[in-house]
Amino acid sequence: MKKVVTMILAAAMMATTFAGCSGNGEATAMKLGASGPLTGSNAVYGNAVQYGMEIAIEELNAKGGLQLELNSQDDEGDVEKAVNAYNTLKDWGMHVMVGPTTTGSANAVAPECAADNMFMLTPSASGADVIKPGDNVFQVCFTDPNQGVASADYFAEHFPDAVIGVIYDSSDLYSAGVFSTFTSEAEAKGLNVVCTEAFTSANKSDLSTQVTKCQAAGADLVFLPFYATEAAQVLSYANKIGYKPTFFGCDGMDGILATEGFDPALAEGLMLLTPFAADGADERTQSFVKKYTEKYDTVPNQFAADAYDAVYAVYQACTQAGVTPDMSPEEVSQKLKAEFTSMTFDGLTGSGMTWDASGAVSKAPMAVVIQNGVYVSAE
Amino acid sequence: MRKNLTRKHRSSNLKTFVLVTAAFIVMQLLSSMGMLKSSVKGQLIPICVYIVLAVSLNLVVGVSGELSLGHAGFMGVGAFTGVVVAASLRNMVGNDIVRLLIAMVCGGVMAGIAGGIIGIPVLRLQGDYLAIVTLAFGEILKNIIGNLYIGTDSSGLHFALDASNIHMEPAGKMILNGPMGTTGVEKIATFGVGFALIIFTLIVVLNLIHSKEGRAIMAIRDNRIAAESVGLNVFSFKIKAFVVSAFLAGTAGALYGLNYSAITASKFDFTTSINILVFVVLGGMGNIFGSVVSATLLYILPEMLRSLYDYRMIMYAIVLIVVMLFTWSPQAKNWIQLASNCGVMKRFLGQRKEAES
Repeated sequence: MKKVVTMILAAAMMATTFAGCSGNGEATAMKLGASGPLTGSNAVYGNAVQYGMEIAIEELNAKGGLQLELNSQDDEGDVEKAVNAYNTLKDWGMHVMVGPTTTGSANAVAPECAADNMFMLTPSASGADVIKPGDNVFQVCFTDPNQGVASADYFAEHFPDAVIGVIYDSSDLYSAGVFSTFTSEAEAKGLNVVCTEAFTSANKSDLSTQVTKCQAAGADLVFLPFYATEAAQVLSYANKIGYKPTFFGCDGMDGILATEGFDPALAEGLMLLTPFAADGADERTQSFVKKYTEKYDTVPNQFAADAYDAVYAVYQACTQAGVTPDMSPEEVSQKLKAEFTSMTFDGLTGSGMTWDASGAVSKAPMAVVIQNGVYVSAE
Repeated sequence: MRKNLTRKHRSSNLKTFVLVTAAFIVMQLLSSMGMLKSSVKGQLIPICVYIVLAVSLNLVVGVSGELSLGHAGFMGVGAFTGVVVAASLRNMVGNDIVRLLIAMVCGGVMAGIAGGIIGIPVLRLQGDYLAIVTLAFGEILKNIIGNLYIGTDSSGLHFALDASNIHMEPAGKMILNGPMGTTGVEKIATFGVGFALIIFTLIVVLNLIHSKEGRAIMAIRDNRIAAESVGLNVFSFKIKAFVVSAFLAGTAGALYGLNYSAITASKFDFTTSINILVFVVLGGMGNIFGSVVSATLLYILPEMLRSLYDYRMIMYAIVLIVVMLFTWSPQAKNWIQLASNCGVMKRFLGQRKEAES
């Protein structure tokens, strides 16, 4: 019996250590929360987002105006962990959620933000459902359906006679999302899609079958709506068997030149739809790429640029709407909502970006082609 | 001897129930006083889910002695069944708790059926083979869910294995969207129901273990040939344990699915199965109390370690290794034994002193 009592006491003691009151105390900086896969197979995206934000915050804080503070939590790309990360950030006293990085996590966190009236701006979660839960949820990146439509339209315009093969990851939200709208748009535009091959996260370690099938079907344009890691495999294998169609990817393809164990020479001629090119001529892009490369030793990808823009957009909205760190998250959300739907924002991933009331961004996608190891505008 | 055993069982059972109830009451009190951080509040329901999963897996791995690596598959079946049922009953059952309970029962039944179908071929295998085949079946379940499209409109539910074949009215709503999973799920899971599910699971599992069937299952685990020789139907006892375990995993899955606004099938892969297995192994094979404690602590641990940032998962792994070494090394066992003996001695001496004075 004594043991039981001890157990209860121990449990009670543990419980009290978990308990505590949340509150903002003396706030001097706007607290931005972020979450993303900082560990695991998608860590490259989570880290890129975190680094992009860190650079933006460093620059903005150096200006001396409104100060920002970042807390970036690991969600392992998992729904359950993302909600835990969000709750942790809420306890920390977060004013604005600048995340999550991936669509799966964002789909679960967005309704929490909507329920708490916490302003959420995701840099890179491109799923169509992400922004649906509430009017306080916004995206910096294009949605997946947009990318599918834009790709099909681009093909219809520039490669009307192409024999098209498609490979996609049926277990991945992003890839399946792009694929489904691409197929319907391709049908509408009368594109000649000869083969459609799928893989899942469980068997993505070997994609040779899918590539061989596209070759056998005679495809001279292969659409790869998935991430760079898998695309690197497709390109390597195609090179091995001497298959040289035009490969075309979406924004997830960005980062392929930095993929470990991949020979960038194989990506020559690869085309992709991305809002950001690291070799951009404008001054802001160049300064961002320089800082990023110096600090983190890799070239920033589109995820980092979207994250950088997200922080700048929040900053711009906060200063214009007169948001101060002593406001509660609800007040901040109320002000930012109004500001976001009315303001115009110039960032690395597009100039003259605007948001509509649904939370979707409007900016122009850009097709780039890789030549001599750098992105060059395809137009 | 027999009486002694029963008493030992009873006290161990009592300990588990008391601990769970006490933890529930403490958490409920803190929550009603507004003293719980939102990070802790958010973990309460997943903890309930993982406790039920660990206890139910323990029934197969610890008590029945079959290494099953596909538990997350049953959880997934329950989760998606639960979500679909809850969404379809939205207009018919007004009370959220009632709807949640119906969803959980349906999730459990579907997972139980899946368990039965899988168990019939699988449980004829033994040892490593069984482990591999359960792992494969878990992945199959995950992939089926990941390719299933379910939508609802005025004429009822529509099922398809391809998004273009669903033939739904334009006004219809997709509930399960293949690999994109479910989004916009109404969160109706509550901590109270989670607690009730734990108690239900404990009653079922503990009663099963200490019943005639339970003793037969353990006899089969300890020596299959001897058990068969005394006339026990090995297969029928094994499948009983397997189906009950799958049923419980399904109910927990339904609770899990209705606790998040969006879930995808990829969550229910073998990593999750292994995670649950880790809870069971660390808590002790066949030790139900251990499963409850280890599922709770190991779920909380990575969240508590968030302040370590990048070193979090390394620390988690180190803690796992240390606990594993500590609980399994003979020296540590001796040491614990010694410590508890000392306690007994002191108590004994104390009692004697009291008696003398």
